[in-house]
Amino acid sequence: MKEAGVKAWLPSLLRLALVVLLIAFVTNPGWFEPLLKPLTESNAPAIYNQGSLLTLTLLHLRTVLIATVAATIVAVALAILVTRPAGVEFLPLSRSLVNIGQTFPPVAVLALAVPAVGFGEKPTLIALFLYGLLPIFENALTGLTTMPANVVEAARGAGMTGWQRLVKVELPLSAPIILGGIRLSVVISLATATIGSTVAARTLGEVIIAGLLSNNLAFVLQGGLIVAALAVLIYDGLSAIERYTARRMGQETA
Amino acid sequence: MIEIEGITKRYDATTVVDDVSMVIEPRTIAVIVGTSGSGKTTLLRMINRLVEPTAGVIRLDGADNRSLPGYELRRSIGYTIQGHGLFPHRTVAQNIATVPVLLGWDAARTKRRVDELMTLYQLDPQAFGPRYPHELSGGQQQRVGVARALAAEPNVLLMDEPFGALDPIIRNKAQEDLRAIQKRFGTTIILVTHDMEEAVRMGDKIAVMDAGKLVQYARPAEILAKPASAFVETLVGASEKPFRLLSLGRVRDAVETGTAEGEAIPADVSQRDALAELLWSGRPALPVTGADGKPLGRVTVDGLVKRAARPA
Repeated sequence: MKEAGVKAWLPSLLRLALVVLLIAFVTNPGWFEPLLKPLTESNAPAIYNQGSLLTLTLLHLRTVLIATVAATIVAVALAILVTRPAGVEFLPLSRSLVNIGQTFPPVAVLALAVPAVGFGEKPTLIALFLYGLLPIFENALTGLTTMPANVVEAARGAGMTGWQRLVKVELPLSAPIILGGIRLSVVISLATATIGSTVAARTLGEVIIAGLLSNNLAFVLQGGLIVAALAVLIYDGLSAIERYTARRMGQETA
Repeated sequence: MIEIEGITKRYDATTVVDDVSMVIEPRTIAVIVGTSGSGKTTLLRMINRLVEPTAGVIRLDGADNRSLPGYELRRSIGYTIQGHGLFPHRTVAQNIATVPVLLGWDAARTKRRVDELMTLYQLDPQAFGPRYPHELSGGQQQRVGVARALAAEPNVLLMDEPFGALDPIIRNKAQEDLRAIQKRFGTTIILVTHDMEEAVRMGDKIAVMDAGKLVQYARPAEILAKPASAFVETLVGASEKPFRLLSLGRVRDAVETGTAEGEAIPADVSQRDALAELLWSGRPALPVTGADGKPLGRVTVDGLVKRAARPA
């Protein structure tokens, strides 16, 4: 009995511990200096000292949030458009466009975007936006095209207009699948955002790049670990929301 | 009254429904029966314009069904389908309230109607209203599906294989419930099925469809007695005919004067069930009692056998 109880609680406890650790690290990195000190050479600083880790973390998250929200709006709108009778012929075209966004390496996007929009956050947002489109678009497409046929039929038979069917039935029913796409996109963006710092976007990539330039393993590690912790926690949180929405509809977890 | 006039539906070269004309009287149940691919579902879906006909007219109480936009027409017609098609993300109460909400009823009126229908269908509004469809049994889901179709008090109810997914015991109950509710609200029902047994049991009139054509449209007794074609004959099932005929009548109408020994049979049981009881218990006659428990007379094997013979 007791053992089963501990097992059930263990994942939640681990997550909670990770959250506490993450907050402690970004607000009071000094506490962890002794842990990271052995990784530095010739008395280099063990904790990033060219800016606040907290600020960088929040800016990193902001960049990812803006890019993901924009990608979600565009990808879902596109998926809705090509699943309406009037938009079906645009399906192959939008598929290829979105696929190009995914196959184009983000680094190349940065290189191309800088001359057009300048250094800073903007080229990073463009790269993340393009890179994040595909998973959301593909999942939204799957969700909207694999509706249970009799539910759609019942919605039409009840006298819903096309718009009412979309808002009241199709989007709520495909919400778990669309959320799955957003989750993938967010996790990819969290990692990819670090390269934004090569074009002067303020993200956690700054810490990693500074570590690489000064051969400071402690910097590289702390930047990488914060990004990894964020990715794990956000992935978990979004999975939980997905499971909740799916369970409410009596679907098995996707 | 529903008048179907020369309705045809063609998909490219294939004709799915071929020049069908029929009139369905108000407050009756018309059953469309046929094999799969006979066009019966397409015909039904043209009444509420889920499918637009290639040619022909359908009039509801004299008005062409194309005089309203399709979605407005469908809000005024009840519609249930096989597998019920309940919205899995909405509670039972929200499911039933679908059309009233689309019509913009105020919340109090909608709730009154939802509670009334749930009570009618033996689903406690307090207990079942907040549940989700996947938490209900198949029979309960079917009842919610019909309640949803009836929510906005439609005059016409279209049903596509509504009992298809139910096990036999629940199906019997659901058919009886539908009969009772049809009488109570005076709804005109058009029901599509592939099951002749169900057609004979439910229909005031039966329309038999084959390969898109309406082969016969008549009262059940006539379909049984004078099948219009070999196809109808096969559908009825030669060896089943006398029993189907008996299942149309109630014991009340077969009562003879006299008395009999043994346990009495109620007058509203079908003649078919009475014959089965007689044969099984090995007796020549059974006493019959009315709804008030008073003896009405008796029903005999000989009497029933005569009634099972082909009508003249």
